[in-house]
Amino acid sequence: MLITCPYCGPRDVIEFTYQGDGNRERPQPASQDLDAWNAYVYDRLNPAGDHNEIWQHSGGCRAHLRVVRNTISHEILSTAFARGGHKTESRS
Amino acid sequence: MAEYSAFSLLKNALTGNKDWKPAWRKPDPKASYDVIVIGGGGHGLSTAYYLAKEHGITNVAVLEKGWLGSGNVGRNTTAVRSNYLLPQNTRFYEHSMKLWENLSHDLNYNVMFSQRGCLNLAHTPAQLDDYAKRGNAMRHLGVDAELMSVDRIKRLVPALDVSGSARFPVLGGLMQPRAGTARHDAVAWGYARGADRRGVDIIENCEVTGFLRDGDRITGVSTTRGEIRAKKVALAVAGSTGRVMQLAGISHMPIESHVLQAFVSESLKPVVDTVLTFGMGHFYISQSDKGGLVYGGDLDGYNSYAQRGSLPIVDEVMSEMVALFPGLARVRMLRSWGGLCDMTMDGSPIIAAGPLPGMYLNCGWCYGGFKATPASGWCFAYTIAKDEPHEFNAPFTLDRFYRGLVIDDKGQGATPRLH
Repeated sequence: MLITCPYCGPRDVIEFTYQGDGNRERPQPASQDLDAWNAYVYDRLNPAGDHNEIWQHSGGCRAHLRVVRNTISHEILSTAFARGGHKTESRS
Repeated sequence: MAEYSAFSLLKNALTGNKDWKPAWRKPDPKASYDVIVIGGGGHGLSTAYYLAKEHGITNVAVLEKGWLGSGNVGRNTTAVRSNYLLPQNTRFYEHSMKLWENLSHDLNYNVMFSQRGCLNLAHTPAQLDDYAKRGNAMRHLGVDAELMSVDRIKRLVPALDVSGSARFPVLGGLMQPRAGTARHDAVAWGYARGADRRGVDIIENCEVTGFLRDGDRITGVSTTRGEIRAKKVALAVAGSTGRVMQLAGISHMPIESHVLQAFVSESLKPVVDTVLTFGMGHFYISQSDKGGLVYGGDLDGYNSYAQRGSLPIVDEVMSEMVALFPGLARVRMLRSWGGLCDMTMDGSPIIAAGPLPGMYLNCGWCYGGFKATPASGWCFAYTIAKDEPHEFNAPFTLDRFYRGLVIDDKGQGATPRLH
């Protein structure tokens, strides 16, 4: 599997660290909404198909990336910087 | 007389083997059942078997989307053990171990359960301390465990590199002597035959495509072979849990599906007569009765429904094997494959009624489901029959994550790929 890092270009998957489901919404740090925290920590979408996920190029530029990848074919559909937090769209 | 015995073997041999019955029928689905079990793998079949045997519920269908045993029950590395740290896990897996010890007799089917032991190697003093703690926790609950010195390990597994010059020198290990292996296909076939003979319909090539509902209540399933109604619908679909729950309108679960690879080498003369695990990586190995080394390592590490892995893990697993057994460096790999693991947020399974009325859930087996097969079906059947959990599976609820009752044996937190 090759992931195309926006800085470094196409690189082997072993250079990257998987950080999981990118659809999760992190509550504000001061939030006392337990349901929201529980959902953020424990609930996953886990689709069989296109999956919006976060990877870090830990063996390269160390940028956090938002990757859309198909969980059946392992095909990577898009890669972008993850700046702006887990839920927000890429701003770069 | 038992259906399979030395006498029946002799009798059928003398009469040209014409009178053997198929191990299970191929019935068409009926319009309705008392219980539908979705998933014809080890857990689904053992659930149906114990529903019939322990609870007298025989109007049961097991629905399998492919052929029987085509999923994880035929894809695992066959290890059976109950060497856990936390009491909830230890009690459950030890119950499973006790069922394993009598399984061939109970099923009248030789599952080739071989109690050859399982040895976890320690490579640092801290790890050895940790194993001593786990061994003591096991013995406290009546499970067998022995801390082993390097000398004993060297005698037990002569091929292992225990020299001080090994990449990760072995300092000792934790042995569970009653652990071992079983022939996984025979487990599926034995449970299938046992359930079938008690009246359970095993329906293959029947994929569930949706749920029938009356309000919130689940009243049956629609399948590629028509609609089937049931008072109770039980899910035992392992890596496909996310997909099937989405058919029921539940989009989020505390589960990620990951792919785990396994490998078999060419046949060798006996070289490892125990189940061995590496402590400085994630690697486990045993030798099958045919002589092939059966081994595996870590998950590929990202969500997948593909039932196939990629090469970085192949490379990692091989290098771990050679670190332990330099003498096996030139052994050739015969085949490799992948299976889907339903990884939970704490590494422990879910066996519970719900989450919808009329639905029962058995999932979250991570990569340890094979050894649980008997107890999983036994506890799930109890839960389905009585609408309440047995004390062995009472801790394995779906809502434990939201109530601060996680059962995290490895202490990794909500990062499923690390469990």
